Amino acid sequence: MHLAYPAVLAVLLFCTGLYGVLARRNAILVLMSVELMLNAVNLNLVAFDVWLRDTLHAGQALTLFTIAIAAAEIGIGLAIVLLVYRNRGSSDIDRLRDLAETTDAADGEPQPDTTAEAAA
Amino acid sequence: MTLAATGHGFLSPSGVEIAFVLVGIATLGAALLTVTTRQLVHAALWLVVALGGIAVEYLLLTAEFIAWVQVLIYVGSVVVLLLFGLMLTKAPIGRSPDADSGNRWAALTVALAAAAALVWVVVDAFRATWIDLDRAVQGSTEVIGRSLFQYWVLPFEALSVLLLAALVGAIVLSRRTGEGRAAAAALDNGAAPAPAPREEQR
Repeated sequence: MHLAYPAVLAVLLFCTGLYGVLARRNAILVLMSVELMLNAVNLNLVAFDVWLRDTLHAGQALTLFTIAIAAAEIGIGLAIVLLVYRNRGSSDIDRLRDLAETTDAADGEPQPDTTAEAAA
Repeated sequence: MTLAATGHGFLSPSGVEIAFVLVGIATLGAALLTVTTRQLVHAALWLVVALGGIAVEYLLLTAEFIAWVQVLIYVGSVVVLLLFGLMLTKAPIGRSPDADSGNRWAALTVALAAAAALVWVVVDAFRATWIDLDRAVQGSTEVIGRSLFQYWVLPFEALSVLLLAALVGAIVLSRRTGEGRAAAAALDNGAAPAPAPREEQR
Protein backbone atom coordinates (compact mmCIF):
# COMPACT_ATOMS: atom_id res chain seq x y z
CA MET A 1 0.00 0.00 0.00
CA HIS A 2 1.20 3.48 -0.79
CA LEU A 3 2.23 5.24 2.41
CA ALA A 4 0.68 8.47 1.19
CA TYR A 5 -2.85 7.13 1.64
CA PRO A 6 -2.83 6.76 5.44
CA ALA A 7 -0.65 9.85 5.83
CA VAL A 8 -2.99 12.05 3.79
CA LEU A 9 -6.04 10.64 5.55
CA ALA A 10 -4.43 11.39 8.91
CA VAL A 11 -3.63 14.94 7.79
CA LEU A 12 -7.19 15.56 6.65
CA LEU A 13 -8.67 14.12 9.83
CA PHE A 14 -6.32 16.25 11.91
CA CYS A 15 -7.32 19.41 10.08
CA THR A 16 -11.00 18.50 10.48
CA GLY A 17 -10.45 18.22 14.19
CA LEU A 18 -8.53 21.49 14.16
CA TYR A 19 -11.48 23.24 12.52
CA GLY A 20 -13.81 21.71 15.09
CA VAL A 21 -11.69 22.84 18.02
CA LEU A 22 -11.49 26.37 16.69
CA ALA A 23 -15.06 26.77 15.46
CA ARG A 24 -17.24 24.94 17.95
CA ARG A 25 -18.88 26.68 20.86
CA ASN A 26 -20.08 23.84 23.05
CA ALA A 27 -17.28 22.44 25.19
CA ILE A 28 -18.30 18.83 24.59
CA LEU A 29 -18.16 19.32 20.84
CA VAL A 30 -14.64 20.70 21.31
CA LEU A 31 -13.76 17.50 23.17
CA MET A 32 -15.11 15.47 20.25
CA SER A 33 -12.88 17.39 17.87
CA VAL A 34 -9.91 16.73 20.13
CA GLU A 35 -10.71 13.04 19.86
CA LEU A 36 -10.62 13.33 16.08
CA MET A 37 -7.18 14.93 16.24
CA LEU A 38 -5.89 12.20 18.55
CA ASN A 39 -7.22 9.54 16.20
CA ALA A 40 -5.44 11.12 13.28
CA VAL A 41 -2.18 10.91 15.18
CA ASN A 42 -2.90 7.29 16.08
CA LEU A 43 -3.45 6.43 12.44
CA ASN A 44 -0.10 7.99 11.60
CA LEU A 45 1.62 6.02 14.35
CA VAL A 46 0.18 2.71 13.18
CA ALA A 47 0.93 3.38 9.52
CA PHE A 48 4.54 4.29 10.17
CA ASP A 49 4.99 1.35 12.52
CA VAL A 50 3.77 -1.05 9.83
CA TRP A 51 5.94 0.67 7.24
CA LEU A 52 9.14 0.60 9.28
CA ARG A 53 8.59 -2.96 10.61
CA ASP A 54 9.78 -1.83 14.01
CA THR A 55 10.99 -4.74 16.10
CA LEU A 56 9.93 -3.05 19.34
CA HIS A 57 6.52 -2.21 17.87
CA ALA A 58 6.95 1.27 19.28
CA GLY A 59 4.25 2.80 17.10
CA GLN A 60 1.52 0.39 18.11
CA ALA A 61 2.53 0.45 21.77
CA LEU A 62 2.41 4.26 21.69
CA THR A 63 -0.99 4.04 20.00
CA LEU A 64 -2.29 1.93 22.87
CA PHE A 65 -0.90 4.43 25.35
CA THR A 66 -2.46 7.31 23.44
CA ILE A 67 -5.84 5.60 23.46
CA ALA A 68 -5.64 5.06 27.22
CA ILE A 69 -4.54 8.65 27.83
CA ALA A 70 -7.37 9.88 25.62
CA ALA A 71 -9.83 7.91 27.72
CA ALA A 72 -8.43 9.51 30.88
CA GLU A 73 -8.51 12.93 29.22
CA ILE A 74 -12.12 12.59 28.19
CA GLY A 75 -13.09 11.56 31.72
CA ILE A 76 -11.38 14.51 33.36
CA GLY A 77 -12.56 16.89 30.64
CA LEU A 78 -16.17 15.87 31.02
CA ALA A 79 -15.93 16.21 34.80
CA ILE A 80 -14.61 19.75 34.37
CA VAL A 81 -17.30 20.60 31.81
CA LEU A 82 -20.01 19.29 34.12
CA LEU A 83 -18.60 21.31 36.99
CA VAL A 84 -18.57 24.45 34.86
CA TYR A 85 -22.10 23.75 33.72
CA ARG A 86 -23.26 23.25 37.28
CA ASN A 87 -21.73 26.51 38.44
CA ARG A 88 -22.51 28.68 35.42
CA GLY A 89 -25.52 27.08 33.80
CA SER A 90 -23.78 27.02 30.44
CA SER A 91 -20.97 25.08 28.81
CA ASP A 92 -20.27 27.51 25.98
CA ILE A 93 -16.59 28.17 25.98
CA ASP A 94 -16.79 31.68 24.56
CA ARG A 95 -18.96 32.87 27.44
CA LEU A 96 -16.44 31.92 30.11
CA ARG A 97 -14.67 35.24 30.01
CA ASP A 98 -13.98 35.87 33.66
CA LEU A 99 -10.24 35.84 33.11
CA ALA A 100 -10.33 38.00 29.99
CA GLU A 101 -8.53 41.30 30.12
CA THR A 102 -11.18 43.97 30.17
CA THR A 103 -9.21 47.11 29.47
CA ASP A 104 -12.15 48.77 27.77
CA ALA A 105 -14.65 47.85 30.47
CA ALA A 106 -13.91 51.04 32.37
CA ASP A 107 -14.92 53.06 29.34
CA GLY A 108 -18.36 51.56 29.41
CA GLU A 109 -17.98 49.90 26.04
CA PRO A 110 -19.83 46.64 25.62
CA GLN A 111 -17.90 43.41 25.61
CA PRO A 112 -17.25 41.89 22.21
CA ASP A 113 -19.08 38.69 23.08
CA THR A 114 -22.22 40.51 24.12
CA THR A 115 -22.29 42.40 20.83
CA ALA A 116 -21.77 39.16 18.95
CA GLU A 117 -24.61 37.53 20.84
CA ALA A 118 -26.86 40.49 20.26
CA ALA A 119 -26.12 40.28 16.57
CA ALA A 120 -26.67 36.52 16.50
CA MET B 1 10.45 -1.13 3.32
CA THR B 2 10.83 -0.39 -0.30
CA LEU B 3 12.06 2.97 -1.28
CA ALA B 4 12.03 2.44 -5.01
CA ALA B 5 8.67 2.27 -6.64
CA THR B 6 9.46 -0.93 -8.45
CA GLY B 7 6.68 -3.37 -8.95
CA HIS B 8 4.03 -0.91 -7.80
CA GLY B 9 1.74 1.04 -10.01
CA PHE B 10 0.25 4.30 -8.86
CA LEU B 11 -2.51 4.12 -11.42
CA SER B 12 -3.23 0.45 -10.81
CA PRO B 13 -3.98 0.30 -7.11
CA SER B 14 -4.34 -2.95 -5.29
CA GLY B 15 -7.54 -4.08 -3.64
CA VAL B 16 -6.33 -3.06 -0.20
CA GLU B 17 -5.65 0.44 -1.46
CA ILE B 18 -9.08 0.73 -3.01
CA ALA B 19 -10.72 -0.43 0.21
CA PHE B 20 -8.54 1.96 2.22
CA VAL B 21 -9.50 4.92 0.06
CA LEU B 22 -13.21 4.10 0.15
CA VAL B 23 -13.28 3.65 3.92
CA GLY B 24 -11.14 6.76 4.24
CA ILE B 25 -13.65 8.81 2.28
CA ALA B 26 -16.46 7.56 4.51
CA THR B 27 -14.40 8.31 7.61
CA LEU B 28 -13.53 11.79 6.45
CA GLY B 29 -17.14 12.53 5.56
CA ALA B 30 -18.30 11.40 8.98
CA ALA B 31 -15.61 13.52 10.62
CA LEU B 32 -16.67 16.56 8.60
CA LEU B 33 -20.28 16.01 9.62
CA THR B 34 -19.15 15.67 13.24
CA VAL B 35 -17.60 19.11 13.24
CA THR B 36 -20.27 20.82 11.14
CA THR B 37 -23.64 19.40 12.15
CA ARG B 38 -25.89 21.63 14.20
CA GLN B 39 -27.52 18.83 16.14
CA LEU B 40 -25.33 17.99 19.08
CA VAL B 41 -26.38 14.39 19.56
CA HIS B 42 -25.94 13.72 15.85
CA ALA B 43 -22.36 14.95 16.17
CA ALA B 44 -21.67 12.22 18.72
CA LEU B 45 -23.27 9.60 16.48
CA TRP B 46 -21.26 10.72 13.46
CA LEU B 47 -18.20 10.49 15.67
CA VAL B 48 -19.04 6.80 16.12
CA VAL B 49 -18.96 6.35 12.35
CA ALA B 50 -15.64 8.17 12.06
CA LEU B 51 -14.01 6.16 14.85
CA GLY B 52 -15.35 2.90 13.46
CA GLY B 53 -13.94 3.81 10.07
CA ILE B 54 -10.55 4.39 11.64
CA ALA B 55 -10.81 0.94 13.24
CA VAL B 56 -11.39 -0.54 9.79
CA GLU B 57 -8.34 1.34 8.54
CA TYR B 58 -6.29 -0.25 11.31
CA LEU B 59 -7.53 -3.65 10.18
CA LEU B 60 -6.49 -2.87 6.62
CA LEU B 61 -3.05 -1.89 7.93
CA THR B 62 -2.87 -5.35 9.61
CA ALA B 63 -2.97 -3.84 13.10
CA GLU B 64 -5.84 -5.93 14.33
CA PHE B 65 -5.25 -5.60 18.06
CA ILE B 66 -5.26 -1.81 17.83
CA ALA B 67 -8.46 -2.05 15.80
CA TRP B 68 -10.30 -4.00 18.46
CA VAL B 69 -8.97 -1.77 21.21
CA GLN B 70 -10.23 1.18 19.21
CA VAL B 71 -13.68 -0.37 18.93
CA LEU B 72 -13.78 -1.25 22.62
CA ILE B 73 -12.49 1.99 24.09
CA TYR B 74 -13.49 4.70 21.62
CA VAL B 75 -16.73 3.42 20.19
CA GLY B 76 -17.67 1.63 23.37
CA SER B 77 -16.81 4.00 26.16
CA VAL B 78 -15.62 7.41 24.99
CA VAL B 79 -18.67 8.07 22.83
CA VAL B 80 -20.96 6.88 25.60
CA LEU B 81 -19.19 9.26 27.97
CA LEU B 82 -19.64 12.09 25.47
CA LEU B 83 -23.34 11.28 25.13
CA PHE B 84 -23.65 11.28 28.92
CA GLY B 85 -21.98 14.67 28.97
CA LEU B 86 -24.35 16.01 26.34
CA MET B 87 -27.34 14.77 28.28
CA LEU B 88 -26.11 16.02 31.64
CA THR B 89 -25.44 19.51 30.32
CA LYS B 90 -29.00 19.57 28.96
CA ALA B 91 -27.94 19.86 25.35
CA PRO B 92 -30.79 20.78 23.04
CA ILE B 93 -32.14 17.81 21.14
CA GLY B 94 -33.05 19.56 17.92
CA ARG B 95 -31.11 22.03 15.88
CA SER B 96 -29.16 24.56 17.89
CA PRO B 97 -28.34 27.63 15.85
CA ASP B 98 -25.38 28.66 18.01
CA ALA B 99 -23.36 25.48 17.76
CA ASP B 100 -20.60 27.36 15.95
CA SER B 101 -18.95 30.36 17.46
CA GLY B 102 -18.33 33.61 15.67
CA ASN B 103 -14.84 32.78 14.52
CA ARG B 104 -15.74 29.90 12.25
CA TRP B 105 -14.45 31.60 9.13
CA ALA B 106 -11.09 32.19 10.75
CA ALA B 107 -11.14 28.57 11.88
CA LEU B 108 -11.96 27.44 8.35
CA THR B 109 -9.10 29.50 6.96
CA VAL B 110 -6.63 28.09 9.48
CA ALA B 111 -7.79 24.51 8.90
CA LEU B 112 -7.66 24.78 5.12
CA ALA B 113 -4.23 26.39 5.19
CA ALA B 114 -2.94 23.68 7.53
CA ALA B 115 -4.48 20.95 5.39
CA ALA B 116 -2.98 22.33 2.19
CA ALA B 117 0.48 22.72 3.69
CA LEU B 118 0.50 19.32 5.38
CA VAL B 119 -0.89 17.43 2.39
CA TRP B 120 1.71 19.06 0.16
CA VAL B 121 4.55 18.19 2.50
CA VAL B 122 3.38 14.63 3.16
CA VAL B 123 2.74 13.77 -0.47
CA ASP B 124 6.04 15.28 -1.47
CA ALA B 125 7.91 13.37 1.23
CA PHE B 126 6.33 9.93 0.78
CA ARG B 127 5.76 9.92 -2.94
CA ALA B 128 7.81 6.76 -3.56
CA THR B 129 7.21 4.93 -0.30
CA TRP B 130 5.28 1.71 -0.06
CA ILE B 131 4.05 -0.32 2.87
CA ASP B 132 4.68 -4.02 2.43
CA LEU B 133 1.58 -5.69 3.80
CA ASP B 134 2.32 -9.16 2.49
CA ARG B 135 5.01 -10.14 4.95
CA ALA B 136 4.47 -11.31 8.54
CA VAL B 137 1.57 -9.64 10.30
CA GLN B 138 2.85 -6.68 12.25
CA GLY B 139 -0.01 -6.10 14.65
CA SER B 140 -1.58 -9.38 15.72
CA THR B 141 -2.54 -9.80 19.34
CA GLU B 142 0.31 -12.22 20.03
CA VAL B 143 2.95 -9.93 18.57
CA ILE B 144 1.66 -6.86 20.36
CA GLY B 145 1.26 -8.73 23.62
CA ARG B 146 4.82 -10.02 23.54
CA SER B 147 6.20 -6.62 22.68
CA LEU B 148 4.08 -4.86 25.29
CA PHE B 149 5.09 -7.11 28.14
CA GLN B 150 8.72 -7.50 27.14
CA TYR B 151 9.78 -3.99 26.26
CA TRP B 152 6.97 -1.70 27.40
CA VAL B 153 6.18 -2.97 30.87
CA LEU B 154 7.24 0.12 32.77
CA PRO B 155 5.21 2.60 30.66
CA PHE B 156 2.30 0.18 30.84
CA GLU B 157 2.33 0.16 34.63
CA ALA B 158 2.82 3.92 34.78
CA LEU B 159 -0.21 4.24 32.54
CA SER B 160 -2.29 2.21 34.95
CA VAL B 161 -1.33 4.61 37.73
CA LEU B 162 -2.30 7.50 35.47
CA LEU B 163 -5.69 5.94 34.80
CA LEU B 164 -6.24 5.50 38.52
CA ALA B 165 -5.30 9.13 39.15
CA ALA B 166 -7.68 10.25 36.41
CA LEU B 167 -10.47 8.14 37.89
CA VAL B 168 -9.97 9.61 41.35
CA GLY B 169 -9.72 13.10 39.92
CA ALA B 170 -12.93 12.75 37.94
CA ILE B 171 -14.78 11.46 41.00
CA VAL B 172 -13.48 14.28 43.19
CA LEU B 173 -14.35 16.89 40.57
CA SER B 174 -17.88 15.68 40.00
CA ARG B 175 -18.74 14.90 43.62
CA ARG B 176 -21.13 17.30 45.24
CA THR B 177 -20.20 18.60 48.64
CA GLY B 178 -22.80 19.28 51.33
CA GLU B 179 -23.20 22.99 50.62
CA GLY B 180 -23.14 22.28 46.93
CA ARG B 181 -26.04 19.90 47.25
CA ALA B 182 -27.96 22.42 49.34
CA ALA B 183 -27.29 25.15 46.79
CA ALA B 184 -28.38 22.89 43.95
CA ALA B 185 -31.56 22.02 45.81
CA ALA B 186 -32.22 25.71 46.40
CA LEU B 187 -31.58 26.31 42.70
CA ASP B 188 -34.08 23.63 41.80
CA ASN B 189 -36.65 25.20 44.09
CA GLY B 190 -36.32 28.49 42.30
CA ALA B 191 -34.51 30.31 45.09
CA ALA B 192 -31.48 32.45 44.49
CA PRO B 193 -28.29 30.44 44.16
CA ALA B 194 -25.69 30.87 46.83
CA PRO B 195 -22.43 29.63 45.38
CA ALA B 196 -20.17 31.77 47.52
CA PRO B 197 -19.67 29.56 50.63
CA ARG B 198 -19.06 26.55 48.45
CA GLU B 199 -16.21 28.18 46.65
CA GLU B 200 -14.64 29.19 49.90
CA GLN B 201 -14.86 25.68 51.11
CA ARG B 202 -12.79 24.41 48.25
